[in-house]
Amino acid sequence: MANDTLAQPVRSRARGIGRVLIIVYAILALAATGRSVYEIIAKFDQAPFAYTLSAVAAVVYIVATIALIAPGAAWYRVAWITITFELVGVLTVGTLSLFLPELFAKASVWSWYGMGYLFIPLVLPVLGMLWLRRTR
Amino acid sequence: MIEWFTVIQVVVALAAGMLAIVLGLAGRKPNDLTMGATALVELLLIIQLVVAIVSPAVGNEPSGSLLEFYIYLISAVLLPIAGGFWALIERSRWSTVILGAVCLAVAVMVYRMNAIWFVQGS
Repeated sequence: MANDTLAQPVRSRARGIGRVLIIVYAILALAATGRSVYEIIAKFDQAPFAYTLSAVAAVVYIVATIALIAPGAAWYRVAWITITFELVGVLTVGTLSLFLPELFAKASVWSWYGMGYLFIPLVLPVLGMLWLRRTR
Repeated sequence: MIEWFTVIQVVVALAAGMLAIVLGLAGRKPNDLTMGATALVELLLIIQLVVAIVSPAVGNEPSGSLLEFYIYLISAVLLPIAGGFWALIERSRWSTVILGAVCLAVAVMVYRMNAIWFVQGS
């Protein structure tokens, strides 16, 4: 994968419909960060696990947004890693929140497959992967 | 927050969002109509900010967390500005779609702000 991208001229992935993907990623990163900042300031002790997860998710969304904008093979790889992490995260946490709701007494971004965010956290990584494949 | 004003704001943001997404997918570059609609969404957010600052002083207290409310409000205020700058720099159909996505995000955030002010904690 990396060898393929090295052969390509360095070109930003921020073009065409990919721009829409990036702005939605940026909005989600902003939403997750805002939520996480509030949770950590106001009520971290209530659900440290869920809120730590929210913070990690927020950071990963920020990195993924940057990786989608930044050109080059290294960022391409970072984009794959972060987007894969998000998909695994939303599937794992979504399933756990269904079967072990006590773990998620307080909701995180990924609880119930991101239902609180209109399932955007579930759909976005898939669209991101399709986009990365196309722009390889 | 004032409930009827918030309803107007959500409706305007939804309408502006859908308008821009439809026009963008139809291939239009950002124009006076879509930029103006986004500017209107931003103007309503600024008014909402003033309302939020004044409200507690006149006895209209939020039932939920004021900190959470302001995190949403400040984020929402920044979105149309970011989308608008993008549309000015990058004049393509996708920038129009982006204006739409930003307005829809604002609609969701204002709806959530409404829940924090009136529902959460009460």
